[in-house]
Amino acid sequence: MVPPLIELTGATKRFPSGSGSVHTAVRDLTMTVQPGEFVAVVGPTGCGKSTTLSLVSGLQPPSAGRVRVNGEDVKSIPDGVGYMFQTDAVMPWRSVLENVASGPRFRGVPKAEARAQAVDWIARVGLAGFEKYYPHQLSGGMRKRVALAQTLVTKPKILLMDEPFSALDVQTRALMQDELLRLWSGSGAAVIFVTHDLDEAIALADKVVVLTTGPATVKDVFEIPLDRPRKVEELRLTEEFRKLYADIWESLRSEVDKAREKGASNVA
Amino acid sequence: MSLETPAAPSAAPLPVLETEQDILARAKQASSKRKRNIWLLRLAIVVVWLGSWELTATYWIDPFFYSKPSKIWERLVEWFSAGTDFGSIWYQILVTVEEAAIGFVIGAIAGVVFGVILGRSAYLAQVLAPFIKAANALPRIVLAALFVIWFGLGLSSKVATVVVLVFFAVFFNAFTGAREVDRNLIDNARILGATRGQVLKSIVLPSATSWILSSLHVAFGFALIGAVVGEYTGAKAGMGFLIANAQGTFDTAGVYAGMLIITVVALLAEWGIGTLEGRLLRWRPPSASDAAHGVV
Repeated sequence: MVPPLIELTGATKRFPSGSGSVHTAVRDLTMTVQPGEFVAVVGPTGCGKSTTLSLVSGLQPPSAGRVRVNGEDVKSIPDGVGYMFQTDAVMPWRSVLENVASGPRFRGVPKAEARAQAVDWIARVGLAGFEKYYPHQLSGGMRKRVALAQTLVTKPKILLMDEPFSALDVQTRALMQDELLRLWSGSGAAVIFVTHDLDEAIALADKVVVLTTGPATVKDVFEIPLDRPRKVEELRLTEEFRKLYADIWESLRSEVDKAREKGASNVA
Repeated sequence: MSLETPAAPSAAPLPVLETEQDILARAKQASSKRKRNIWLLRLAIVVVWLGSWELTATYWIDPFFYSKPSKIWERLVEWFSAGTDFGSIWYQILVTVEEAAIGFVIGAIAGVVFGVILGRSAYLAQVLAPFIKAANALPRIVLAALFVIWFGLGLSSKVATVVVLVFFAVFFNAFTGAREVDRNLIDNARILGATRGQVLKSIVLPSATSWILSSLHVAFGFALIGAVVGEYTGAKAGMGFLIANAQGTFDTAGVYAGMLIITVVALLAEWGIGTLEGRLLRWRPPSASDAAHGVV
């Protein structure tokens, strides 16, 4: 048996909250991700999905439990991790080319070589001809493509994605999901894709992890036995998809309801 | 005519009321007309202002105390053709600009360096905050007097005055700029493999640049003020010295002429910094604030 690439064992993350108490974002979370596996994490809004990613990326240390990548405890940012943030994280003062080349440049790749890699990836995400543009001159979907190229050019073995397409309109989102699947296939990278959109989770992933309402812990894990390559838009109409959706929604719904009640009581 | 009139048969083309050329031509005409009117109004303001001054000074108030535009013009012509009592006017301007420029560069660099360091280190910023606030509250102009005692009548005392004025103007903006950097951008760069130094160079500095550049506009104004006040306090040359001398000899026209020259120098510098800003901030989307650029 292959050892898991990512392994969270009883991981817990607590923050000091503003009011002097301690807020638990993630509690006793245990999950594994195999090399090359696409895992979607769904859960109610604000349950601690993003915190899970920051634990794996090493941006934040766990308060308890263990986070391992490649069989080693995560102390700083592990090698081969790519992270796509929910909000735009492209540098507005750099052109598309410079943005995509920055990963290799930070890692000490010579300038010409880094640029060549960047040009290649810009073409692969479908932005050829836009190398000299600045981010503000691009649409939201194009900026996401830049972010995708910026992340993928470093050839990550682990790709962490935090609701990367949530700010896009429905058509652009479907397009980007297809693009992501196309670019991911054959890269052999493991993906943890955080989303609140169940459609998106099922369409993309091999495995959907349902988290409970905050503090987050794993409620259920569903295997998604749909064939690849997938066409996101067509997939949604199949009987299999709808069956999976119904099953997972059954699990997720009670958590969403709980989150809603909690939100209501907080307001009251 | 009744409402039931049948629509025109579809074969007849609907009228084209304006073509693309018409729309563009009209927009262009409107904008050039607007530009012309703005300049005409500006000219009118200057004519009314100077004209009324000239008239009141000729017939009503005493030009000995208030001077008048024609005398100021004569003084300017005299300075630029025959020179001042203390040598060429160009030399006086050069002295002041040199003091302002040297002090500006030193003050701006120091302001950026300290601002970015404190902006990135919340701890250090908290420790030093009361000292910085106190130093900023100090009326720094009076330091000019102290600097003349310390550094003498030459260049260095003026440069010191300019530095203390420029430093704080730039420091506070660099500090805010470095502190307000988007957390996401830093995380993203770290994930992409950036070291601390690379984060500073490729994220923090560019991000603070727009803050820093906007402070440079104000700072160069301060630099000129510092140089002139320094010269006024004690000097052997420069525009401030010239003005102090004009004041000493009750030459109001000379005071005004000196003021005018300093204003022109400040406007030229402002234009230079504006150009630099435009070049460094090419990446920024054109924003509504640009419309107010002429004022700020």
